[in-house]
Amino acid sequence: MDLYGLTQYLVSFLIAGGIYALLCLALNVQWGYGGLFNAGVAGFFAVGAYTSAILTAAPATGHVGGFALPIPLGLLAAALVAGATGWAVARICVRLKSDYLAIASIGIAEILRLSIINEQWLTNGSLGIANIPRPLEAWITGEASSWVFVVVVWSVVGASWWFCNRLYDSPWGRALRAIRDNEEAAHAVGKDVNALRLQTYVIGCALMGVAGALSAHHFKFLSPAASDPTLVTFLVWVMLVAGGSGNNRGAVTGALVVWGIWSLTEILTSRLPPDWTARSSYLRMFLVGLLLQFVLQRYRRGLVPERSPPLRFAELPAGLDAINETSRIHNKPRSP
Amino acid sequence: MIQFINFYLIPALALGSIYALGAVGISMIFGILRFSHFAHGDVMTLGAYGTLSAVWAFGWHPLAALPFGIALAVAAALVADRAFYRPLRKLPTIYAVIASFGVALMIRSLVQLFWGPQNQVFKSGVRAPLVLFDTFRVSSLHLQAIGITLALALALHWFLSRTRTGRSMRAVSDDPDLASIAGLEPERVIRATWIIGATLAATAGVLAGMDTQVHANMGWNLLLAMFASALLGGIGKPMGAVAGGFLIGLIEELSTYPWIGSEPLVSPSYKSALAFGIMVLILLLRPQGLMRGRLL
Repeated sequence: MDLYGLTQYLVSFLIAGGIYALLCLALNVQWGYGGLFNAGVAGFFAVGAYTSAILTAAPATGHVGGFALPIPLGLLAAALVAGATGWAVARICVRLKSDYLAIASIGIAEILRLSIINEQWLTNGSLGIANIPRPLEAWITGEASSWVFVVVVWSVVGASWWFCNRLYDSPWGRALRAIRDNEEAAHAVGKDVNALRLQTYVIGCALMGVAGALSAHHFKFLSPAASDPTLVTFLVWVMLVAGGSGNNRGAVTGALVVWGIWSLTEILTSRLPPDWTARSSYLRMFLVGLLLQFVLQRYRRGLVPERSPPLRFAELPAGLDAINETSRIHNKPRSP
Repeated sequence: MIQFINFYLIPALALGSIYALGAVGISMIFGILRFSHFAHGDVMTLGAYGTLSAVWAFGWHPLAALPFGIALAVAAALVADRAFYRPLRKLPTIYAVIASFGVALMIRSLVQLFWGPQNQVFKSGVRAPLVLFDTFRVSSLHLQAIGITLALALALHWFLSRTRTGRSMRAVSDDPDLASIAGLEPERVIRATWIIGATLAATAGVLAGMDTQVHANMGWNLLLAMFASALLGGIGKPMGAVAGGFLIGLIEELSTYPWIGSEPLVSPSYKSALAFGIMVLILLLRPQGLMRGRLL
């Protein structure tokens, strides 16, 4: 492969990798922080993608849309609409036990998929929405526009990374992890379990919506096939579990590693005869499933395991003794 | 009225019988292994494709070739259990759920790898409907599906209440600790569960494939309705799952009947949303289901 092809490959790897990293961060907020199983990632991804596409695309006949609004507004609206969808779902389903929530999330994704295909006035059905703009397209064209998009995607990932880390360290994040690890105990010390879960679900869904919007702007065209559950939901789950759920570094690492394996094997198999190329994509999918099983059995904590944040004692004078003293006091058994 | 029976009631029962057969397996696995088996729909798909291969090879009727599909589905279920579910049995059940999500994808990709992604049919051509008493025009396939399901449900009921294995399955489902104190081998019971679940799923897959066509996503697309049926009937209650399957089938099909005015009450494209709605209502209002199943 020549240098030109290599840079092209690098650009598309970085864009898709960034979108997957964002999805992983989003799923990590739901599953890693809150222990909420969401098998409907593709649904919220699609909601975000269609929201931004309808708001920012050039005017078109046959369906609502073509408002030609600026892209940042589209991304914001994607987060809002996907978050609101998540809120509606979570209002009803978040109190269900884990298995039931998993089934319910599949159902939601299915309903969202059906509405996208059937509500032609809104989404143009299976014909899809065309002419979705990319950022700064008017000024920068051709090769450079892809690099601009890489920067856009990764700044969104960076901002979400910062946001998710702040969430993790906050009292809110701590309460959430307490619920994840022991619901009854957290409830007993007065944490509002359902409210906190609802909030994580909404935040995760909003981020998924942004990821969907970015992918719509990347491909500039959106059809129901773009939110294929096996490629969106399933791959993201494998990424998160392999990377290490519960911590953001693991989520992004998992996204990049699994996406790297996925796209490298695609390059390798693309040199096979056409008939075999089509078939080998199924074989790759099978191997990704096998990878998930392997990780689940051997490396359940992932490539970058979750570590509890260190205890911080800001007011105390620095020094090992002081910390030891405090933790001894804190850990002293108390009478009820 | 005749139209209602011909075009709505009988197809509804046929659809319900497919849901019922799938839901029994889901319900039993839920009851005994305590996790929701997301790969059940794909076990169904595999059964249909296994049967299809036998039909191609020998030119038999699909129902005669069914044992091949059943054998393939049972083998897949047992291998998946041994390799992927058993190592996770001591962990919280959500890990088994994630694993089954993976198994679902693995089965589907194998099906696409070996049989290709295109749709297949058992038998092409239009079949003339059966005319009964000069008024009822029903598809013989639908009658077959309903008959087979009822017969299998009766056989299953006999098995669970009269045989030793069947009774130990019910015991493990009701109280696993008590059952193991009483000396029942859990692994044996689990194996029996997979065999029965996969057998019924493969049968359902073939019935569904005969009615329409066989494709790689057929089972996955039926999964939601089968879960809804299992929950409606009550987890761990096979007969409840059969009833739940027929009920969900009836509700889905009959909701498209023009009850008010001349338009379908619910657009046929949104039929599967109904199963979901029923499922959520059941979970919120009566989580034990109609038949007092177990609570997770």
